[in-house]
Amino acid sequence: MTSYMPPAERIWWKMPVGRQELIWIGISLVWCLIMFLMMPYWHVYGKQNLSTEAYQTTPAKFGARVQEMVEKYKVGEEGGVPVVKPPAGSDVYMLGRLWQWYPILQLEKDQSYRLHLSSMDWQHGFSLQPINVNLQVVPGYEMVLQVTPDRAGEYGVICNEYCGIGHHLMVGKIYVGE
Amino acid sequence: MAEFRTCPDSGFYFHKSAESLMKVNAVLGVVFLLVAGVLAIGVLLTRWQEVHLLSAEAFYMGLTAHGINALIFWIIFFEMAILHFASSTLLRCRLATPAWAWIGFLLMVVGAVMNNVAVFQGNSSVMMTSYVPMQAAPHFYLGLILFAVGALLQVFVFFGTLVVAFQEKTYEGSVPLVTFGAITAAIIAVFTIASGAIILIPTFLWSIGYISHIDAEMYRIIWWGLGHSSQQINVAAHVSVWYLIAGVLFGARPMSEKVSRSAFLLYILFLQLACAHHILVDPGVGTEWKIFNTSYAMYLAVLASMIHGLTVPGSIEVAQRNKGFTNGMWEWLRKAPWDNPVFSGMFISLLIFGFIGGITGVVMGTEQINLIIHNTIYVPAHFHATVAVGTTLTFMALTYLLIPVLFRREMILPKLAKLQPYIFGGGMTILILFMLGAGTLGVSRRHWDMDFTGAALGFEYPGMAYTLMAIAAIGGLLAIVGGGIYLLIAVGSLLFGKKLEPSAGILQSFIGKPLAASVYNTARPETLPMAPKLSVEQHGSGGFEAPGTFALAMLLLVSFVIYYFINWKYLASVWPLG
Repeated sequence: MTSYMPPAERIWWKMPVGRQELIWIGISLVWCLIMFLMMPYWHVYGKQNLSTEAYQTTPAKFGARVQEMVEKYKVGEEGGVPVVKPPAGSDVYMLGRLWQWYPILQLEKDQSYRLHLSSMDWQHGFSLQPINVNLQVVPGYEMVLQVTPDRAGEYGVICNEYCGIGHHLMVGKIYVGE
Repeated sequence: MAEFRTCPDSGFYFHKSAESLMKVNAVLGVVFLLVAGVLAIGVLLTRWQEVHLLSAEAFYMGLTAHGINALIFWIIFFEMAILHFASSTLLRCRLATPAWAWIGFLLMVVGAVMNNVAVFQGNSSVMMTSYVPMQAAPHFYLGLILFAVGALLQVFVFFGTLVVAFQEKTYEGSVPLVTFGAITAAIIAVFTIASGAIILIPTFLWSIGYISHIDAEMYRIIWWGLGHSSQQINVAAHVSVWYLIAGVLFGARPMSEKVSRSAFLLYILFLQLACAHHILVDPGVGTEWKIFNTSYAMYLAVLASMIHGLTVPGSIEVAQRNKGFTNGMWEWLRKAPWDNPVFSGMFISLLIFGFIGGITGVVMGTEQINLIIHNTIYVPAHFHATVAVGTTLTFMALTYLLIPVLFRREMILPKLAKLQPYIFGGGMTILILFMLGAGTLGVSRRHWDMDFTGAALGFEYPGMAYTLMAIAAIGGLLAIVGGGIYLLIAVGSLLFGKKLEPSAGILQSFIGKPLAASVYNTARPETLPMAPKLSVEQHGSGGFEAPGTFALAMLLLVSFVIYYFINWKYLASVWPLG
C-alpha cells in the first residue's frame, strides 16, 4: 500500500532506522571491507597475481619477436606447429591468430618464465587448461607476465574469446617437463 | 484535455496516452523475448555436446541474436513501460509530450529490427559485445544507435513527466519509493546510453570506412560502460518492481524510506564504475585502478543490493506479521500467496538473484579470482541468475499484475500461470548451477564445439564437463517451457482473455484508444496522498521487526563468505603468476 505512495512522513529522512537494518548494514559494510582487503593482501602474500607490465605493439613487431624465438629454440613440430624449448628463466612468446596459438612451448617445472602474449588480428582468450587460467589477448597490446609452472604435464591452451567461425579450432599446447 | 481512467480493481490511475505507450512498449518487449527464447533452443541444443544441433555459423549467429534480443531489446522495451508506469500512473499525472515518447518508441522499433536484420543476414555474428576489430555490417551498429536514441527520448519523457507531476502538484510530499527507484534506473540509463554513443558511433563510422582504426582495449573499457551499466538499469528497475509488488500484494511499506532510498542512491554513485570487472585480466590496466573500481566502487553498490535484499522481504514480513502471521520465524513466509504467480515469480527472482547472481558476481569480480573464471561459461551462468531470473522473471511476475490492471483482460489459464514461475525459475536454476560447475572445469563461453573437432592440436575436457553441460541444457529447456507458458498466457490473455471493461478493439487498443471512450473522463485525478501514518504496534522481538528475514540475510552472508574463500583456495592451487 505504501511503497508506491509518498512516504508517510514529510521529513522521512529524519526518521529513525530500525536496529535490524543498522546491524545488517554494519555487517555488510564490514564484509565489503574484508573483500576489499583481500585483494591487496593477495598482492603481498598470494602467488597468483597479474602483472601490469604491458606494451603497445604491432602484429608485425610482435610476430618478428616470436619468430626469432622459434628459430633459435625450435626442438620439434606437432600438427604443423613448432615446438620451442627456450632456456629456463627466459622470455617466452605466444601469439594468437585466426585460428592458432603459436608456437607450442616446452617449459620446465618450477622455473619462472616471462610469458609475452599478443594477438595478430582479432581479440582472443588465452585459456590454460585444465588449471583454468584465463587471460584476455588484445591486438596492439603485448602483455607480459611471470609464470612458474609447478606441475609437470601437458596443458591445453584453448581460445575463449569468440573469434569467428573457426574459434573452436584454436587450440595450443604448453608442455611442462620435470 | 488529458483523459484518465481509474482501474476499479487496483485504484491505479491511467493517463490515456501513457497507457497506450505502456502497452506498446510492453508488447514489443515480449515480442523480442519470444525471438530470444526461440534462439535459446538452438543455443542450448548445440552446447549440449551429444546433440550438437546447429552448424558453427548458425550457432554464432543465433547466440549473437539471443544475447542482444534478450539482454537489450526485451528488457529495455519493458523498462520503458515501467518508467511510464512509475511516473504517470503512480504519480497520477499526465505524460509529458507523448508525441516525443512515440518518436522514441518508433526509433527503438526501427533500431531493434535493423539490428536483427543485420545479424540474420549473416555478416554480423559478432556477439552482443561486438569487440573490435571483428567487424559487423554498418546497420548492426546503426540499429543499436537508433535504439539507444529512442530509449533516451523515452527516458527524457519520463523525466519530463516527473517535472509535470511536481509542478501540477499531483502528489503530496516526496515521490514514492518505487518511483524513486525508477528515477535511479533512468539516471543510470542516461549514463549508459552516453557510454554507448561514445563507443558505438565511432565504431559505426569505422564500419563504413570513415575511421581507420579503433583501439581494441579502449573499445573494451568504454563498451563495458555501456554493457555493464545497462545491467544496472535492470537491477534498479527490478528492485523497484519488487517493492511495487510487495506494496500491491501485501500493503507492505518500506522498513525505512531513508535506508531504501540511500541504497538506490548508492547504485547511481557507484555501479557504473563496475565496468572494470570485465577488464581484470586485460593488458595495460593498472592494479590500483582495478582494485579501486572493483572494491570501493563496486562494493558500495553490492552493499546497496545487500540492503535491498533485507528490506524487500523484510517489508513483506512486517506487513504479514501485522496481519497476524506472527507464529515463529516463518509463518509469514509459509502463509504467503505461493500460488499467486505475481508473488512466487517475484520471490523466486529475489532469492536466485541474491543467492546465486549476487554471490557469483562479486566472486568473479574479485581482481585475482577473475583469472580462474574470465570468459568461461561461469560468466553466462552468473548473468542468467541476475538477468534471466532476476530481471526477466520479475518482469514476468509484473506482467501477471498488469494484464488485468493495464490491459483490462482476465488472465487465461490461471492454473498454468500458478506453475509458470516455478518451471521457469526452476529450469533456470538448474541451467545456472550446472553451467557454474562447467565453468570451473574450464568450459569456454561462446564456443561451438567443446570437442574441438578438426583442430590441429587437440584438448579434451574431463567427462564431467560434458555431463554438467548436458544437465544444464535440460534445465535450460525446462526454462524455455516456462518461458513459452509465459508467452502463451501473456499473448493469449491479450487476445482471448475476458474483457474486464469495454474496449475499442484489439488493434485500436494499442494506438490511441486503449479502451472504449466511455471509460475515460477528463477530470483531474485526486491528488496522491501521503501514505497513512503507522499506527499498528510492532511485532517481532528485541527490536527485530523481521527476524525471519534477518535469518535469511545471515544465511546469505554465510553462503557468501564460504563460497568466496573456497574460490581463493582454488586460485591458490594454480600456477604461480606475477
